[in-house]
This record gives sequence, C-alpha cells and structure tokens, in this order.
Amino acid sequence: MTRRANLAAALLALLLLWLVGWPLLVTLAEALGAPRWTLSHFSEFARRPEEWRALWASLWISLATVGLSAAIGVPLAFLFERTEFPGRRVLGALVALPVVLPPLVGVIAFLFLYGESGFVARSLQALLRLEESPWRLSGPTAVLLVHAYSMYVYFYLFTRAGLARLDASVLEAAASLGASRGRILRRVTVPLLRPALTGAALLTFMTSLASFSAPYVFGGGFRVMTTQIVASKLNGDLAMAMVETVTLAAVALVGLALLQASERGRIVTGGGRGIPPARRRLESSRWVAAALGWLLAAILLLPHATLVLVSFVPRGTWTTEILPPVLTLSNYASLFSEPERLRPLVNSLWMAAVATFAALALGFAAARLAVRGRTRLGGVLETLLTIPWALPGTVFAVALSTAFSVHAPWIGRFVLVGTAAILPLAYLVRNLPLTGRSIFAGFRQLDPALDEAAASLGASRWRRFRRVDLPLLAPALAAGASLAFITALGDFVVSIVLYTFETRPISIEILSSLRLNEIGVAAAYGVVLAALSAAVFFAWGRRSEGGLRPPG
Amino acid sequence: MGPGGAGEGEVMPPLTPNLSPQAGRGSGFLRLDRLDKHFGALHVTRDVSLDVPKSEILALLGPSGSGKTTVLRLVAGFETPDSGRVVVEGEDVTRLPPERRHFGVVFQHYALFPHMTVGQNVAFGLESGSVPREERAARVAEALGAVDLAGFESRRVTEISGGQQQRVALARALAPRPRVLLLDEPLSNLDPTLRGRTRRELKRLIRSIGITTLFVTHEQEEAFELGDRVALMNAGRLEQVGSARELYESPASRFAAAFIGRSSVVPAHWEKAIGRARLPGGAAWPAAPAGDLVDGSPVDVVVRPESLGFATARNGTAAEGRVVERRFAGRETYFAVLLDAGVEVEVLAAPDAAQVGWNVFVAPAHGGPSPRAYPRIAGVE
Repeated sequence: MTRRANLAAALLALLLLWLVGWPLLVTLAEALGAPRWTLSHFSEFARRPEEWRALWASLWISLATVGLSAAIGVPLAFLFERTEFPGRRVLGALVALPVVLPPLVGVIAFLFLYGESGFVARSLQALLRLEESPWRLSGPTAVLLVHAYSMYVYFYLFTRAGLARLDASVLEAAASLGASRGRILRRVTVPLLRPALTGAALLTFMTSLASFSAPYVFGGGFRVMTTQIVASKLNGDLAMAMVETVTLAAVALVGLALLQASERGRIVTGGGRGIPPARRRLESSRWVAAALGWLLAAILLLPHATLVLVSFVPRGTWTTEILPPVLTLSNYASLFSEPERLRPLVNSLWMAAVATFAALALGFAAARLAVRGRTRLGGVLETLLTIPWALPGTVFAVALSTAFSVHAPWIGRFVLVGTAAILPLAYLVRNLPLTGRSIFAGFRQLDPALDEAAASLGASRWRRFRRVDLPLLAPALAAGASLAFITALGDFVVSIVLYTFETRPISIEILSSLRLNEIGVAAAYGVVLAALSAAVFFAWGRRSEGGLRPPG
Repeated sequence: MGPGGAGEGEVMPPLTPNLSPQAGRGSGFLRLDRLDKHFGALHVTRDVSLDVPKSEILALLGPSGSGKTTVLRLVAGFETPDSGRVVVEGEDVTRLPPERRHFGVVFQHYALFPHMTVGQNVAFGLESGSVPREERAARVAEALGAVDLAGFESRRVTEISGGQQQRVALARALAPRPRVLLLDEPLSNLDPTLRGRTRRELKRLIRSIGITTLFVTHEQEEAFELGDRVALMNAGRLEQVGSARELYESPASRFAAAFIGRSSVVPAHWEKAIGRARLPGGAAWPAAPAGDLVDGSPVDVVVRPESLGFATARNGTAAEGRVVERRFAGRETYFAVLLDAGVEVEVLAAPDAAQVGWNVFVAPAHGGPSPRAYPRIAGVE
C-alpha cells in the first residue's frame, strides 16, 4: 500500500514537474543562452535603461497600490464590520464583488466610466464646454487608480476577517484599564490586526506586480515588467523576454517568501478566539454611517454599473451625448446569434471546463496521496501545486510558450503553441493552486477514521471514494472548482500570449471589439463574463477563502 | 518522561510468568504472533504476542504512547506490521486489507459518516456484504434495537447526543456480524456520569452476542470491569496478561505494580539473607522479590496503601516520618507520609489514626498484598 502510494506520488510529481517546473527551467536555460551558457542576455538587460525603468515601475506601482488600497479597504472594513446601518449586509457583500470579477472586466468598466470618452469626462466636457476631453486616462496614474479600485478588496476582506476574529473581552479589558477609544485602537486593535494587514499588503503587492490588464490597456508608453515582457516577445526579442521573465519571477518569489514569513507570524498572534465585539449601534451616527456606506459602495460599484449600461448601447448610436440616447438588447442578441461572436464564449467555456476538471483531478490525487498516503513526496506535491500561484501569469505564459514550441519529445517538449491544446494546458497550470489549496484543506479537515471505518465495514477503495470522500469533500471541491473556472473563464494575461484565432477566448474578443470601436459589444461580453463569474462564485465558491485567486 | 523512558540497552528481566504459554503456537480464536511495528525511528510495537479465545473480551491497557492503539490498528488492518502475524480462526489475515477482514471497529471519536443518517450509517456495512437488499432494513432495525435506539433510523448523526452516537457506532460495527469486535477507547468521549452505565450495557451486549472482543483503554477501572482478561502494555511491549486480580495482587513487573492500583515506590537495598528490603532510615520491610535479587543490590519497593499501617513504636520494620496530607475517602482515609528518608508514601488507615503534622511510624501491615521488591533500573522514576 505504502509502496504503491509512493510510486503513484512519484509519477504524479513527475507529471506536475513537467507541467509546472519544466517550462520554468527551460525559460531559465534560454535566458542563460543554452546551450552556449552565457550571461550576456542578462548584461544586455542591465545595460538598457528601459528595462530598469520597467522594473522600477513594477515595484513602485505595486508599493503605491498597497498604500492606496489600504487607504480605501481598511476604513471600509471598519465601517462595515464595526457599525450597524440599514443595508449593511448587502452592501458589505457587494463591495467585495470585484474580487470575483475578471481583472479585464474591471479595467474596461473603469474605461467606460473614467476614460477620456467615459461618462465622467463627457459630463465635465459638457459642463465646462470644453473643446475636447478634459483628460486622457493613461500612464501610471491611471494604472494606479485601476489597481486601487480593484485591489482594495484584499484589505477590505482581510481586515474584516481580522476584526471578526477579535475577542471582545480583550477590548473590554483595555477599556476597564482606563484606555480611551483611540488608545484601544492604537494599542490593541491595530497590533492584533497586524497579521491580517501584512497578509493583505503582500497579497496586494504580488497581485499588483503580476497585474497585466490595467497597464496593458491604460499604460500607454508607461511599461511595467509584465507589459514589457509581452512587448519584447511580440517584437521578437525572445532572449530579452526570457531574461525579463526570469527577473519578474525572482521578484515574485521574494514576495512569496515575505508572504509566508508573515503567515508564520499569524499563527502566533491568532491565538484566543472569543466572542467578536458587538457592532456599534449609535443612533446619532447611524445615518452618517449609512450615508457613508452607501456612498462608498456606490462609488466603488459605479464602474460595473457603467459597464452594464454601455452594454445596451447599439453600435454607432452614441456620439457626443453625455448619456447614450438609445438602449437596446441588440449587442446581446448579436453575441448569441452570430456564430463568430458566440465562438469566444463557447471557447472560454469549454477550455475553462476542461482545465478546471483536470486541475480538480490532479489536485485530488495529490491531496489524497499527500494527506492519506503518508508518502514522503507529499510536501513536493503541495509545493509544485502552489508555485503557479506565486508566479505572475505572464511568467507562465512565456514559460509555456517557450517550452512547448519545440519538438523534442525525448526531453518532454512538444509543439503545442498554435494548437487548441495550449490554452487549456496553460489554464490548467494556473488553476492547480486554486483547486489544490482547497482540496488539501478539505482533506486535512477530513477525519481519516472515516475512511478506516468504511474500510472496516467492507467498503472497497472505489466505494469509499464514492460514498465517503466525495460527498464529504464536495464543498471543498466545489469551492476550488468554481474559483478555478472563474479564473480560466476570464483569463487575459495568459491568453494574450498563447491564443490562436480559432481558440480566442472572451477576453481577447473584448479587446478586439474595443479596437474596432464596438464598445457596446465589448461591454456585453464583459457583462456576460462578470455575470457568469458571479453566478458560479455565489453558487459554489463562497466557502473558499476570498481573495486567493491569482492576479492577472 | 514516563515509565519506560529507560534506554534501549536496559534489559528487563523476563518477568512474564502470566503470558500465555502457548503464544506463538496457540489455539486462540484471534492470535497475534510476535507483532513488530516501527513508525520511522520509533519502535511502537515490540514483539507482541497474544491469544484471545473465542468470545473472550480482552482489554489492552496502558498509558498513552504504550502502543496499545497501534496493536488494535494492526489487528484491524489499518497498519501493516513490519513482522509478525495476525491470525483469525487459523486464517492469516496479516496482509489482508481491512475491507476483507470482516472485523467490526468502534473508533474513539466514533467516525460516524456525518453526511448520512443513523440508518444509513448502520446499513453501510451491509451494502457491500452478502446481505440481500430486502433484509437490510430488518438488520439495521435489529442492530439499532440491540443498542436501545430502535426507530432512530432517519435521525441525523449530528443531532443525537454523544452517548447515542457511541451506540450508533457500536450498532454500525455489529450489524454486518463481524468475526471480531475492536474498540478503541470506546467510552473516553462520554461524560463521567454516563460512562459507568454505558460500560455495563456494553459488557452485557457483547456478552449476549458472544463476539470475541479486543478493546483499548487507558483507564484501569474500565479495563477491569469490561475485560475478562487484561493485557498491560508499556513502551510497545506486553508487560503482563491476566485477570484483574492477578494484575493487582501479583504484578509481574515494577511497571505493572506501579501502574495498576494506588501504590508508593520506596528505594531500598535488598538483604538476601533475611529476604527484606532495607530502607535508608534503617527499617527493613518484608517484601516479595521479583526474581532472583542480588544481595545488597538497589531495589524499588512497590507497596499498596492498604499494605501499610501506622506502628505504635519504633521497631525493626517501622520507618519514621511526618503526616503531610490527609485525604478522606469514606470509611477509611489516605494519609500521605513524608518519610525521613525523603520519600513520600501513602497509608490507608482509620480516619482518626493520625493528624497532619504528627510524627508517625510507618510499617507494612497485615492483610494487604505483600510489598514487592524490583531491581532498580537506572533512569526509571
């Protein structure tokens, strides 16, 4: 039994190594000029000022995103967790919504609201009677705004969870010792929240570092590492793209090390679990809190409302008016009636489904072997599953396109780029940590005696799987699967490197619709994508930890 | 560090007079033959051999970490021994997976399937066996009836009490009519008031079925009341197998003597000529030697509270000390006495025999089991 488990674990580790580790190694080798082995590409990288600018831009944008997101997310969390006002529960859930929506959807929603021909710009232009749009939404400021708009959710969710975990008696103890409200906040609440805040900060940093959609759409001449990599690749400067990819991966790994160090701290401080403090119900400030809550929620959700509105605008009907004069369902009709428009939807659905299913199967096998099988390779399996979460999507996209564009079966390299297989494979790799994390957690919570009890009652391995493991792990499987499915369905960062015309997914179609100035169609795609994602998430995904989907 | 923390090199004399003489060949219904198991570098089960006759209830007793649960898991088939065999009715089942052993197991935390009803839990073991579909409902009802839970079929296992869960676990294990019943600390999750009653019901039920039973417990009272025989384990080894009375009155090892019942351990030196143990203060206590003790060698005298009494005057057997604590226990009282030699002993006597603070003489009394002298092993407390 143990020997068989070890053999199975070894085979699985080999498969995961081929999927996850091998493409990265191939990329590293090519960056080092294999087979001639040279550091010349790296020194070329170091000589070019634009590379340094992109690296620096990635870093400072990420740090600034952390600050700005915290400034939005933390007060919002206090408002929704510590006060009580009408509509608190619904709004509290709604402001967390952006975390389940694909990043590209947020980006185009932002574009339609604040872009140079968006509602706000149009209104100001009309109001001030300007000749042209009052601003061009591009460059670092735009990227930063979009980031803060979508990533405040990490701070919001982590801080709310941290506040909910606080033990009321600790705060009461502080008050009984004569501490004022401000002092309690400073000396007790904030220190206790620190692990949550550190976790949120590092997650935001990593997400921002990996962010591609926002800098790609709004960056203009402003390049960060992810867009720089794709640009190098499109320009045919493959060696440079490899070096950039390796550099970005290295920065991300440093970030992950910090994240793990902060999670170790969390265990120490996460101790006492008591009754969370009661929500403050002050009659006087109740309406202030309500007004503030509604206002903030409205501001934060406005871009998505805009997206819905724009999706009803037929092509060519909205020119200079502030608000679109005509609203119809024609965009949706064309989406579902014209085969060429339906195709990206079908593509995304089947590719996401295949990738999710495969990621579930691999995650299940790995978790079962690691948790139940007592194999020494358990840690290796778990690490291999986690790696794609730590590395930006662009890194994997480049790695996969490098590894699978050569025909050398004896070293595990096949020509998959340009075929229908490459995107599902890439989605699968990116999905592994999502299903893996969830299923591992599920297995760890499952009492191993249940399996033994079933065995002692004469149930075969298959029957135990069907009657005991599967029903009890269903929530974990559903949560992992739904997050994975949503991520694959809305993927942009990997797709843009690897898609073919035949397999173009929704995100690519949104972008080409925008290029053709079919903004209504682009919005309709965005709405369908957002609706599918939200539906899948609210049906199955809610049991999972929020905010752990990989960035894009 | 518990008893048995002694180094690997320290060899206990072979104190196994009560081990079944036929171990290894035996005629038992369930036979464990020299089971050995390591977890990594940890040697959890050492050469364990046991013969359990048909319909016997055998208690595996020992402190935590003594390997008793591992023995149970080896029998159940959840673990495979490094060497040794498990034989049932002459059939070697050592390599048989648990699902083909046809043993019933009751787990410490019951391991009821939380997504199934009580009835579905009990029916689970009937589905893969040879029980025809139409008979299953009757068998489930029968099993639930036996544990006094008739009519509970459609209840959720999460909405019944701990005691009821324990009985569902028992009904589930018994429903397929297993060859052997294995219980892992079956009562440890019940609150103390329920434990005594459940214990008696459990015994009555197992008796009425007549099933060969092996159960693990760390509670001596439970082992003595439920088990026909008790197998005492320590540090992966079987220390002694016998009836409760045998274990109490003639413990085969220092560990058995100290673990079973209340006792005090007094360091002394063996005086072979007079067959007594000389205490540091000079008193010489009569004691039964475990094996052949060398004259003058250091020994541990293990003595029960009822085997000690207060002496009125200094004589050859009286050790001087001071009463430091008095614990009332009904008709009699436990006195903790700190001997001048620095050792504390427990004496059972009439409530008014002494007061805290009194200087007293302590000597072996008539009536109780005789104090026993064991060779002192370095490192053993």
